Amino acid sequence: MYEIVTKRELALHTNLFEFSAKEVAAKTRPGQFVILRVHEEGERIPLTIAGVNIEKGTITVVCHEVGKTTKKLGSLKEGDNILDLLGPLGKPAEIKRFGTVLCVGGGVMVAPLHFQAEAFHEAGNKVIGVVGARTEGHLIFEDEMREVCDELYVATDDGTKGHKGLDFLEDLLEERKIDRVIVTGPIVTMRTVSDFTRPHGIRTVVNLIPIMVDGMGMCGACRVTVGGRTMFACVDGPDFDGHQVDFEELMARMKMFTAQEKLAYVFHEEGGRSL
Amino acid sequence: MNKPKPKIKKEAVPMPKQDPKERIHNFNEVALGYTEEQVVAEAERCLQCAKAPCVEGCPVEIDIPSFIQLVRERRFAEAMRKVKEKNSLPAVCGRVCPQEAQCQANCTMGKVGDPISVGRLERFLADWEREHGYEVPRKSASTGKRVAIVGAGPAGLTAAADLAKLGHEVVIFEALHKPGGVLIYGIPEFRLPKKIVEAEAEYIEKLGVTIKMNAMVGKLYTIKELLEQYDAVFIGTGAGLPRFMRIPGENLSGVYSANEFLIRVNLMKAYDFPRFDTPIIVGEKVAVIGGGNTAMDSARWSLRLGAKEVRIVYRRSRKEMPTRAEEVENAEEEGVVFEFLTNPRKFIGNARGWVKAMECIRMRLGEPDASGRRRPIPIEGSESTMDVDTVIMAIGRTPNPIIQQTTEGLQVTKWGTIVTDENGKTSIQGVYAGGDIVTGQATVISAMGAGKKAAKAIHQYLMKSE
Repeated sequence: MYEIVTKRELALHTNLFEFSAKEVAAKTRPGQFVILRVHEEGERIPLTIAGVNIEKGTITVVCHEVGKTTKKLGSLKEGDNILDLLGPLGKPAEIKRFGTVLCVGGGVMVAPLHFQAEAFHEAGNKVIGVVGARTEGHLIFEDEMREVCDELYVATDDGTKGHKGLDFLEDLLEERKIDRVIVTGPIVTMRTVSDFTRPHGIRTVVNLIPIMVDGMGMCGACRVTVGGRTMFACVDGPDFDGHQVDFEELMARMKMFTAQEKLAYVFHEEGGRSL
Repeated sequence: MNKPKPKIKKEAVPMPKQDPKERIHNFNEVALGYTEEQVVAEAERCLQCAKAPCVEGCPVEIDIPSFIQLVRERRFAEAMRKVKEKNSLPAVCGRVCPQEAQCQANCTMGKVGDPISVGRLERFLADWEREHGYEVPRKSASTGKRVAIVGAGPAGLTAAADLAKLGHEVVIFEALHKPGGVLIYGIPEFRLPKKIVEAEAEYIEKLGVTIKMNAMVGKLYTIKELLEQYDAVFIGTGAGLPRFMRIPGENLSGVYSANEFLIRVNLMKAYDFPRFDTPIIVGEKVAVIGGGNTAMDSARWSLRLGAKEVRIVYRRSRKEMPTRAEEVENAEEEGVVFEFLTNPRKFIGNARGWVKAMECIRMRLGEPDASGRRRPIPIEGSESTMDVDTVIMAIGRTPNPIIQQTTEGLQVTKWGTIVTDENGKTSIQGVYAGGDIVTGQATVISAMGAGKKAAKAIHQYLMKSE
């Protein structure tokens, strides 16, 4: 059992959780993820680690309620326990002094991006941050990112705060010398940014969390085509070269269980009584 | 005057099974198990050979004639004790061991009729004991030594049980959320009910073994770190990585590895979706690629999950199939169709990226290859297309690589298996390994045999270093 030590609402249906998991915290590096299972009938879901507190023995994740499991997790309170938490999984992000690092994050994935941005900052990089969300109300971790970034830009899909969309990045990439780009967030965001950086030849690292079951290389549900080769995001990644990833295939695979996910959600809302 | 000896029956007492038409609509066990009368009748057939060739065929060397004699006398508790002297997972072995290639292959009765159904007798005893309450064997006095076991599969559970009985403190580190390894994620409910695996794991805990879940060695701790806290380590991490063919269209939606398919259905109980959250999608036309037990399991699950046509597509012929004869028979009874000497070349998707067809080529058999089986050779120009909406790749599993990648000084083969001597000793002092991680993908019982051997070697090592 893993206790929820802290729960904080960051935006509508978006919560930060700090779980008691001392051994996991001690081994975690930015870029890695955990797989958790809330209850006995629950599924295993991957969540990218957004930070650790080694003294307290906790790890932090941020979760947006999109389906049955994330909704169930969102209904838990401080002091409640979840059944299983496995990690740290995946290879850590490559953190070293590159020069200027552009860190672009969208939605809840801004939280784990902050974990990386902080590490890049500490490694002596100039860090330019971009935090994005659908609307102003969905923005998270803006202040935290400002603390570890030398410059910070805000973007929303609807333009309610900061830039409208990510098109402004094209100018930024023209004007500035950037040595490395990190993108976390929705697949469309990762694809868009990778398309922007491709003509500039800037190494662009995307953090992929496709559908997974075990998270340790056994099921192959998370396979992605990278540079024409099949890779498992859970053990070969989660970081890959954004210029090599077959995003179209990835998007199709992400939709594989959409109908079932909706059914599970409805079943859950109905209290499991009927179908 | 002596009574004339009753004539020994040549035919084995048949195993009661669920009707194929019924069983493809439920998830319950297919083989129902012997009754007391049936088990005694089958035991009566044993010739009690002095040389006991059956024991030679058993990887864990169960004293088979002795336990059969006790069954004849209806002394079931004692018979079970006899089995458990050597085998800590009898309910599992009685169900999934390839007895026809082991103890039963050597049976003297097999020369004149059916061999004694040793597996069925073993299964009866294990089920009898589960109903009548477990007997926890006496353990040796504590040695004060600590052993870490990596992986709660058949090799690890067996090694743990033997070491605990010898008085060592044993902790198993398991990465998944349930113990059993392939027994829990790989073998289907209808062949090995999960409550039986749970009961066997509980029995091992009753021996004093601690099983720590969600603990992935190689990520959470290294082998070196374990050696700081434990006197010896046994690695039984198995062969859990799926193989793919690396042909076009293999990443289309609807194409699963057998591992993904079986983990979803067995471990995560997707057959009971949406009560359990994990989904599985099985279409109407399923093709399972491969000819092993995993292929049979995937095909038979597919039928139970609503598929209308299930085909096993295998590149060699029936004779070369590496599966138990009983599983092929069960699959055929249930309506699985076999396409031999056929191999997929590519998968074709629809507009949504979902598999809709499979291009296949006919094969012929050439000279025997390294495995001793005749090598399949494609017949060019024989391509044809098969409509499918679900494909399950069951073409084998490779060793889990994480420990090998994170343990300096651990000698590994080019196939990724760990190098050991015949007792499971690796290139690092105090570190032993056994099961599929050493041999590559094999059977439950051979992994258990390796766990047993390694436990013996670990015990000797620990007592010598006293």
